[in-house]
Formats: sequence, C-alpha cells, structure tokens
Amino acid sequence: MTFDSDRPLLAAQGLTKHYGARMGCQDVTFDLHEGEVVAIVGGSGSGKSTLLQLLSLQLAATRGSVHYRMRDGATRELGTLNDAERRFLMRTDWGYVAQDAANGLRMQVSAGGNVGERLMGLGQRHYGNIRNEALSWLDRVEIDRDRIDDQPIAFSGGMRQRLVIAKNLVTQPRLVFMDEPTGGLDVSVQARLLDLLRGLVADLGLAVVLVTHDLAVARLLSHRIMVMRHGRVIEQGLTDQVLDDPREAYTQLLVSSVLQV
Amino acid sequence: MTTPLRARASRTETGYNFAYLDEQTKRMIRRAILKGIAIPGYQVPFASREMPMPYGWGTGGVQVTAAVLGPDDVLKVIDQGSDDTTNAVSIRKFFVKTAGVATTTSTADATIIQTRHRIPEASLKAGQILVYQVPIPEPLRFLEPRETETRRMHALEEYGLMHVKLYEDIARHKTIATTYAYPVKVDGRYVMDPSPTPKFDNPKMHRSPALQLFGAGREKRIYAIPPHTEVISLDFDDYPFEVNRFESPCALCAATGVYLDEVILDDAGGRMFVCSDTDHCEGRRADGHRGSMLGDAPATLASKANVGGRADDV
Repeated sequence: MTFDSDRPLLAAQGLTKHYGARMGCQDVTFDLHEGEVVAIVGGSGSGKSTLLQLLSLQLAATRGSVHYRMRDGATRELGTLNDAERRFLMRTDWGYVAQDAANGLRMQVSAGGNVGERLMGLGQRHYGNIRNEALSWLDRVEIDRDRIDDQPIAFSGGMRQRLVIAKNLVTQPRLVFMDEPTGGLDVSVQARLLDLLRGLVADLGLAVVLVTHDLAVARLLSHRIMVMRHGRVIEQGLTDQVLDDPREAYTQLLVSSVLQV
Repeated sequence: MTTPLRARASRTETGYNFAYLDEQTKRMIRRAILKGIAIPGYQVPFASREMPMPYGWGTGGVQVTAAVLGPDDVLKVIDQGSDDTTNAVSIRKFFVKTAGVATTTSTADATIIQTRHRIPEASLKAGQILVYQVPIPEPLRFLEPRETETRRMHALEEYGLMHVKLYEDIARHKTIATTYAYPVKVDGRYVMDPSPTPKFDNPKMHRSPALQLFGAGREKRIYAIPPHTEVISLDFDDYPFEVNRFESPCALCAATGVYLDEVILDDAGGRMFVCSDTDHCEGRRADGHRGSMLGDAPATLASKANVGGRADDV
C-alpha cells in the first residue's frame, strides 16, 4: 500500500447543516489522510452523526464542501458528483458500517451473496471466483466457512456486524465510515470486534471516520480525535493527548465520566 | 392500425366502442407502446383502465391488444400454450363481441397473439404482434421492494442485484433454479422480466422478427421488444444459461425440442408428457405424427385427441 501523504484523502471545509432553524453541525473543517483513523466523539445531539452523514453523502450540506481524492488521483468536490458517480464511489471506494447491521445487509440473502453483491455490481460474472472471494473474507472476519449459505437472519449480532465489515471491504475501499460499530453488542463481543477492526484497519491501511460516544473505542481504534458539542468541534488532536490531557471543560467532563471498573 | 368506428358499424352492433376501450384511451396506450418500442425493455407507466375482468386475468394484455387491434386483424389467444383454457376462451370471446374480429387457433394465421405464460413453438414472422400478460413487470422487485430505488437502479444500469438472485439459486440448489420469469437483458441496456414464461421460451425472444409487447394492468406498466432486438438471458460464466430439457417426446405427436406439460392420469403414478402448445401438437398430428399414447387410434380422432370441439366458435 502506497500513500500519497502530501495530499489529504478527504478534506472537509466549513461543513454546516441546518435543520430548519435548528443547527445540525456548524463550520467543521478537517483533513483526513490515507490510513488515518479519526474518531468523532461527543454526547447525544452533539452533531456527530449529522457530520458523518454529510461526509458520507447521505445528507446534503447547507454550506461547505467535501473534497475527495478519487482512485484515479483526481480530487473532486463530492457535491458535484452525479448520482451514478456518487453511488459508484459508495460501493467501491467507500464502506459504511452502521450500528444496526441489518441496515447494511440483505437479511434474506445468504452470507456469500451479501459479500459477493459488490463484486457482482462491478460486473464479476464467475460464480466460483465470487464464492472463493466470499470464503476468504469470511475467514478474515472469523465467520465459519460453513455458514456461507446461511442467511444473516440466523446470525448473532456480532456475526452480523462482522459480515457487514466483510461485505464492505471486499472491494478494497480506502475509506470506511463507522457509526457506533460496537453499539448494542455485549462487552466480550465488542472486544473481539474491536480487535478484528484494529487488525483490518492496520493491514489494509484503511482511512476511517469513526463516530462513537464510547471513549474506550476511540482510544483503541483512532489516531486522532475530534470532540463535538452543540454542532461544533470544540477540541481536536492526537487521541492519547486529548484523552490524557483534555483542555476544554466539556472534554474533561466527558473523560472523567467514563466508569472505571 | 385501427379504423374509425363508423367504418366498422355494419359488422358489429354491440353497443361497445371498437375493442371495448374508448379512442382516447387507446391513443394513450399506443403512445406508451411507441415509447416502449423506442426504449426496448424500459417499463413505461400508463393509465391502466378498469377492465371487465379481475386483475391477474390479463387486464394489461387485453388493453394492449385493444389498442393495437384493427378490424382486419386475426386474433389468437393462448393461456399456458393452449387455445382452449378458460382465460384464452373468454378473452377471445371478449374481442369477438366488442370488435368483431376474426379469431384463429393457428399461430401462422394470426396477426396478433395474446399470450399468458408461453411463446408459440412455431416461429413468428414479421408483421405479427405477440402480446404478453404480465403480473409483475419489475424484475428487481423481490430483491428491492422500493419502487423509487428500482427505478434509480434501472436508470443507472445497476444490475448487480439481479446476479445476487442467480447466485442465491446456485448456492442453494447447485444450479440456477429459476425456471420461469427468467431475467433478460434487452438490447444491451435494460434488464427485463419476460413475464412468467418458462425459460425454455427465452431464446425465442432473441432477434424475433415479430413485435413483442408486454402489458401489466395492475402495475400500470407497458414495455416492448421491437423486432430483431438482442435479448440475452442473464447467467454466470461458469453456470451458463440453459433451457429446460425433457426426457421423452410428446405422448400425442412425438415432438421433441418443444415445451411439454406433465398430465397426471390416475392415482397410481400414471402420467403423460404432452405439448403445451396445442396448436403445434394438432398440426403435427394432422401431418401424421403419432406419439406413443396415440396408439392406433383412427386418424380423424387422433388429430383432435385433446380438443373435444371448440366451445367458443361463435
């Protein structure tokens, strides 16, 4: 994996979203480089999910822009992509892992079919190759090979989330958005999933935008952290630095609110 | 294709406008048909009317037929390949009554053939129109329930999902188990549901010299395949498209390479396989072909073995 470290993969400039008179997020500016994991943390209603939806083109911004360096090296403003380009980008160079795995899977389609969907969407027409690719991805996310023909409806929450990850990574995306990927899972399953994610992110050199309210998840996965409150980024920096030595009063409150076992 | 009503008045005095539908409605349907022909395989929405029959009985096909029917046309209607089933007989009677057109059971003599679930065995020729009755026009429906999303997928030519369905078939059944309504790609662009015809008939759509029109009454869609258009059945490189095969020839006319119906004869497992296309079967028997179950029945009987006279010779 070679990185073009001079130019950011994704650059957000003054991103703002208003919901009528209410503010979703305000004036967010940051760069994301290849292979970099940035966590967006904050309380409920702080605007972190709005920001993620703006970045991943699920919402249109009121103001501001997102520039993205495409696979061909050209930097495009994402707001100017047409429908076909946008959807192509989303199912090839991007991944999206939501809290509820059911949103990212076709629950009535087998695990193999789910993993193979993106490949078939790209025009692969060889059943044997698609199936082998699906099997190797099931291995990587630690799902037994003999579950390949089972529907995700028969999977546990942790397995579903791992299947979502396999489904997203099969096209070797460079950027993955994660929205509370471990939310709703019990702690031992969470730990395994985080372990897996950490390994994959490092192996594949993925850039990740991770939204979480769980500071431990941010600590474990991310290089950088952005703290949001009332729609604004109030503090950002290296994860360890921000969590060990928070400057803003609100960040200090967040960090000190983590329960110690 | 249709002449004004007054030209026809002497031949039918039924109180109906020619072919039941009013002229404005037929015009609206013809516009949809023309658009469908211009964009092969594209589903054109149209203002489907209430017809004097329930949805699911061919309301779409009947409206398309009514719109293209002229007084000099010769109409054939088949249901599952047969001219004699309830649906076929009643639709034929409907047009005899409302349009006074000539009808036939012969594929070669017909100018318009309305069909449910089959394409005739005899090759169609230029100038003929095949009208399909379509229950669910959207091939992506069972994978993607949102109409807004399927339309966008057609617009952007995102057809990966269709192969997910075929993948699922192979994963579960070791072979592509879809045997009817087998998806096709028309003119290299739109993926289309050929209506619930057996996949056996799919190759007949490819570069057919006849015009093929599809009407879905409940779903309010019309689509078309113009003559000589490329129609390719979707498949995988390592699981290529194959048509159904039959082990024995037709029990009445000994035809091979045709689509056969299985008919249960008794409670002891007795069965026969017989042509689903009755016209084709009768034609062969009239030409002297005799299947295994015909035995030495007299020739006059043999040529009408499964007919028993026509109920609707009006």
